[in-house]
Amino acid sequence: MAPLRTIEARDRGVLVPARISVPTFADGGELRRFVYALGGVDAVGVQGRVATLGTRSLKRATKTAAIDLAISMVDLTTLEGADTPGRVSSLCAKAMRPDPRDPSVPSAAAVCVYPDLVAHARHVLGDSSVAVASVATAFPSGRASLDVKLLDVRDALAAGADEIDMVIDRGAFLAGRWSQVFDEIAAVKATCGAVHLKVILETGELVTYDNVKRASWLAMLAGADFIKTSTGKVGVNATLPVALVMLEAARDFAEQTGRLVGVKVAGGVRTTKDALKYLVVVNETTGATWMTSQYFRFGASSLLNDLLMQRLTQRTGAYVRPDEFSGD
Amino acid sequence: MTEPSHTSPLGALAYDAAPESASIAHLAPSYGLFLDGQFTPAGSHAQFASLNPATEETLATVALASASDVDRAVVSARRAYERVWSKTTGAERAKYLFRIARLIQERSRELAVVETLDNGKPIRESRDVDVPLAAAHFFYYAGWADKLEHSGFGPHPRPLGVAGQIIPWNFPLLMAAWKLAPALAAGNTCVLKPAETTPLSALVLAEIFQQAGLPDGVVNIVTGDGTTGAALVDHPGVDKIAFTGSTAVGRMIQERVAGSAKRLTLELGGKGANIVFEDAPIDEVIEGIVDGIFFNQGHVCCAGSRLLVQESVADEVLRRLLRRVDQLRVGDPMDKNTDVGAINSAAQLERIRELAAWGEREGATRYTSACALPDKGYWFAPTVFADVAQSHRIARDEIFGPVLSVLTFRTPDEAVAKANNSKYGLACGVWSEKGSRTLWVAQRLRAGVIWANTYNKFDPTSPFGGVRESGFGREGGRQGLEAYLDV
Repeated sequence: MAPLRTIEARDRGVLVPARISVPTFADGGELRRFVYALGGVDAVGVQGRVATLGTRSLKRATKTAAIDLAISMVDLTTLEGADTPGRVSSLCAKAMRPDPRDPSVPSAAAVCVYPDLVAHARHVLGDSSVAVASVATAFPSGRASLDVKLLDVRDALAAGADEIDMVIDRGAFLAGRWSQVFDEIAAVKATCGAVHLKVILETGELVTYDNVKRASWLAMLAGADFIKTSTGKVGVNATLPVALVMLEAARDFAEQTGRLVGVKVAGGVRTTKDALKYLVVVNETTGATWMTSQYFRFGASSLLNDLLMQRLTQRTGAYVRPDEFSGD
Repeated sequence: MTEPSHTSPLGALAYDAAPESASIAHLAPSYGLFLDGQFTPAGSHAQFASLNPATEETLATVALASASDVDRAVVSARRAYERVWSKTTGAERAKYLFRIARLIQERSRELAVVETLDNGKPIRESRDVDVPLAAAHFFYYAGWADKLEHSGFGPHPRPLGVAGQIIPWNFPLLMAAWKLAPALAAGNTCVLKPAETTPLSALVLAEIFQQAGLPDGVVNIVTGDGTTGAALVDHPGVDKIAFTGSTAVGRMIQERVAGSAKRLTLELGGKGANIVFEDAPIDEVIEGIVDGIFFNQGHVCCAGSRLLVQESVADEVLRRLLRRVDQLRVGDPMDKNTDVGAINSAAQLERIRELAAWGEREGATRYTSACALPDKGYWFAPTVFADVAQSHRIARDEIFGPVLSVLTFRTPDEAVAKANNSKYGLACGVWSEKGSRTLWVAQRLRAGVIWANTYNKFDPTSPFGGVRESGFGREGGRQGLEAYLDV
C-alpha cells in the first residue's frame, strides 16, 4: 500500500532559496532565448482567475487589517506640471499623518514627485518613516538618451531620493531590442546603488500579457527592486490581470533566483474595494512575504482618502462624508 | 533543496467568515408534488427529507411520488399538451420562457441559497455559475421558440408530446433548465423528476412557473426516489425520456424503453482527459486543472478527472498543482470565500472513499490537501494521485468527486491514445500555445466536448453531450432542439 501523503508544509508556499543566484547573459541572443523560454500567458485564463479572486469577500477583522495594510502601502503621488513646493508640503503632511485625529492610522509608504521637488519633499519629511520616491529617466515617455536619463537619476539621488521610479524604453521593447531595455535598466540600477529602483513597464503600451511577462522578467533580471505597472499618464493604467501576471513573474523569479522583487500598481486604483482586490491577488499569488510595503505598493492619490473613509466606517459603523478628510 | 530557504505562505491573510444568509431561501417545512399547476400531496401522503449535506440537518420534507402520482402527472401533461400547449404559437411560448428567465434572475439570490443548502456546492458557484446559466438557457431557447422552421429540422418540425425528464443531483437547477427550456420551446409538455437528494430548487422553479402564469400542466414535477423515476420511464403515456445521470442507470433506462415508441437521449458519465503539452501557459494550466476537477467538488460528469501531462513538464506541473490544491478553501458552502463545498450525500462520499482507497492499493502516490474538514456533514479533502497507470481503477472508473489522477505522456500520439483509452467519451481539454497541434489533437479525440486552453466552460449556445458510454443526444444550441422535435 502506498503511503498516504498530505501536501507538506514546505510545498505549500512560495519557496525562496537562501542563496541569491541571478542568471547572467553573454549577449542579447542568450537573453532573448531565456525570456522566450519562459512561455506565454493565456489571456482568458488570467482574466478568469482575477474574476474569481475578485469575488473574495473581506469582512470584519480581515477588512480592518487589510485597509491599514493598504494605507501603509500607498505611494502618495503628485506628478503634474503645476506641482509647487506648497502642494508637495501638504502631500508630505498627509503621508506622515493621513488622519491627524487618529494616530493609529499608519503613515503612507512614500511620496512620489518629480526630481526637482525631491529636495523640498526630503526637507518636509525630515526623519519620518515616509520615503521620497522620485520619477526619473525622462518620465513619463522615456524618450531621451541614456546619458540624459542617468543625469536625471543622479539629480534625484543628489537631492535625497530614497527610491527611483524609472520608465523603460517601450519603443525599444516593442521593436524587439530587449537587450537595450535590459542594459538601460542595469545602468540605472548601477547609478542607484543601494537606492531602491522601481521599473515602470507602462503595461498599457505593452498591451499583451505576454509582453507584460517578458518585460517583468527583463526588469527583474536587470536588477529592478520593484516592477511597476504604469506612469498613470496613458489611457490604460494598472489592471488586476496585469498585476496577477507581474506577481506570478515576481513569484517565479524569487523561486528561481532567491531574489525578492516587489510589485507596484499605479494609476486607476481609486477605491478601497479595488485596493482590497489587489491585496487578495497578492495574498493568493505571492503570499505573506509580499504583504508588506517592502514588496507591494499602490501608486495613487485619491485612493488614500477612500481608504480612510472606509476605515472610519469600519470602526464607527456609520458612513462618513469625503469632507471629513483633507483633500490632498 | 538542501540549502535553507525562506517560504512565503500563500493565503496568510485569513479571511473572516463571510456567510450568505440561509433565511434568504424562504424554504417551506414541506413540499408537495407540482401537478397541473398546483402543489398537491402525494396520493399516499408519503414524504421524505432533503438534507443539507454540509450539516446533515433536514431542510424540508418533500412528497414521495408513487406510480399512481406519476400517472397523474403524465395525464396532466398530456391534457395540457393537447388542449393548450400544442395550440400555443411559438411567439407565445417564447413570452413564457422569457418571463421564466427574468424571474430566475429576479429570484437569483434565493435560488443560489437554496441550491447551495440542498446540494452542498459553494455559494460562489451557485451564484456565479448555476443560476445565471439556468436563466441563460431559458433566454436562449425562448429565442428559438418562434423560429423552429428555420432550425434546420425541416419546414414544419413538430413537438414530440409529453417528455419525461430525469435529472441528477450535481447541478439540480441548471439541469432542470437544460431539460425544460428546449422541450418547452419546441412545444412539448414535461414531467420532471428531480434527484432524490436535491429536489428543492426545482420546487422553487415550480413557484416561478406559477408566477409566470405558465398554463397548468405544461410542467409537472414529481419528487421521489429511483422507483419514481422507473415509473416515469415505464409510463406508456410518455413520448420521450431524457436522462442525465450515471451510466449504470442510463443502461437500465435504455433497456426499459427498448421496444417502445419512446425517444431517448442519455447524458451519462465521463472520465475526461485534460491534456497538457509542454508549451502550455503553466499558470493558466494549473487554474484549468483545478477548475476541471475541483469545480463542484468534482461532481461533474465532464470533469477533467484524468490529467495527462507531457513528461518534460510533469514535475513542474505537479509541484505547482499541489501548492494550488493546498490553497483551496474547503468548508462551509454558504461562505462566499469557499472554493470546495460538501460532498452531496453519504452514499457518494462512501463511493469516493472506496475508489480513493483503490488508488492507494494499486500503488499510486496520494497527495491530500491538509485542509481542516468540519466535523458534521459529508466532506472529502481535495486529492491528487500521481504515478497513476492506465490500468488503475482510478484512471478508468468515474469517481465523481474531488480526486484527480495524474498520468504522463511523451508524444501527441500517445496523449491521444491514452485519452481515448476509456469507455467514456464526454469531454476533454487540450492545453497548448500551438494552435495547429491543438486542432490535430482535437480531431482525434473521441469525446463530445473538447475545450482548448480552458475547462468546464458552459454556454447555452454550445451543444453538450457524449459518445460511447457517455450517452447520446445533445443539449444546448440549435442541436439541443433535435431531442424534442419529431424530425
